[in-house]
Amino acid sequence: MARTLITVPPTPKINTVIEIRALIQHPMETGFRPDGEGKLQPRNIIQRFECRFSSGGRSDLIFSAELFPAVSANPYIAFNFRATQSGTLSFLWTGDNGFTQAESVALVVV
Amino acid sequence: MRIALALMFLCLVTYTANSAAATEDLNTTGSNTTDKRKSGYDFMGASTQALQNDDSQNPAMLWVKDGEALWNREAGKDKKSCASCHGAAPKSMRGVAARYPALEEKSGRPISLQQRINLCQKNHQHAAPFAPETPEMLSIESYVGLQSRGLAITPSRDAKLAGFIQSGKARFEQRIGQLDLSCADCHDNYAGKKLGGATIPEAHPTAYPLYRLEWQSLGGVERRLRNCMSGVRAEPYAYGAPEFIELELYLAARAAGMKVETPGVRP
Repeated sequence: MARTLITVPPTPKINTVIEIRALIQHPMETGFRPDGEGKLQPRNIIQRFECRFSSGGRSDLIFSAELFPAVSANPYIAFNFRATQSGTLSFLWTGDNGFTQAESVALVVV
Repeated sequence: MRIALALMFLCLVTYTANSAAATEDLNTTGSNTTDKRKSGYDFMGASTQALQNDDSQNPAMLWVKDGEALWNREAGKDKKSCASCHGAAPKSMRGVAARYPALEEKSGRPISLQQRINLCQKNHQHAAPFAPETPEMLSIESYVGLQSRGLAITPSRDAKLAGFIQSGKARFEQRIGQLDLSCADCHDNYAGKKLGGATIPEAHPTAYPLYRLEWQSLGGVERRLRNCMSGVRAEPYAYGAPEFIELELYLAARAAGMKVETPGVRP
């Protein structure tokens, strides 16, 4: 379980553009760095991030990103979204060694 | 004989004058406008400052959240958590980190906040202590530290600590390592100038534990001090060494009145 920090405006007005921020604790080990004994440390990165918005039985992919070894540790991703109705935002990070982390946050538009 | 005596007298006078000046330095507060001291924050670029300004962007907040969980986690044979005795941290821990290193009555020596946390674990929780610089130790320290954010650093004025502060000052000014440099050589004499591509800050421990972009992780003040020591090619003290605590005590006294920024971000 990785620690995450997701920031969504608490009650955005309908049809406004909001910023969604997602920060996750992850070493993002590049696979190019030697350890103390000179051996290469195996790569351990997050490969993909996606965010879906589900409301009224529908689930849409609203944002996704591919991550690579040059991305820093504890990657921070921010993106915009037009909030047309209330629903649930689900976040999914997947990566090396079967890493998956799922979180969901309620979005309430007024 | 007479010359020797005169010399001794002269030395005494100079020594007293020096320590008087030092005490005066230590008592300056951050509230007056003539305070020219700058936190490491003031030397950073706007983009790094933005990371520290906003908790939703500050990666150190991930550790703080872990620390909050640890605060409420039961440990040891009595199944006691920090909260069992201290209650809610925002109230009970307000201003605590701003006072450390502080005097430990039993040993009569100053201890760091990390050592206080370990003592609490040993004596009250009967739990295994966290090793220095482990994610657990940094998490709980940053969570406690956060509760003092915005408050002035207020080191204890206990007379029993005066000697330790003086030895910390001596360590700060002692040339060490193959490069034969003291802390003061860079951080007093060349603060604000460049060392390679990096700006030399004034060495005020205002934001520890902090997230360093170079480390890609949270780190404590002793990790930073060890960095500097190996930088001048001296052998770093061990984590929690009495020498470090004295140095931290002097640094806290030197930064008295400056605002706590924990958990900070640094380049």
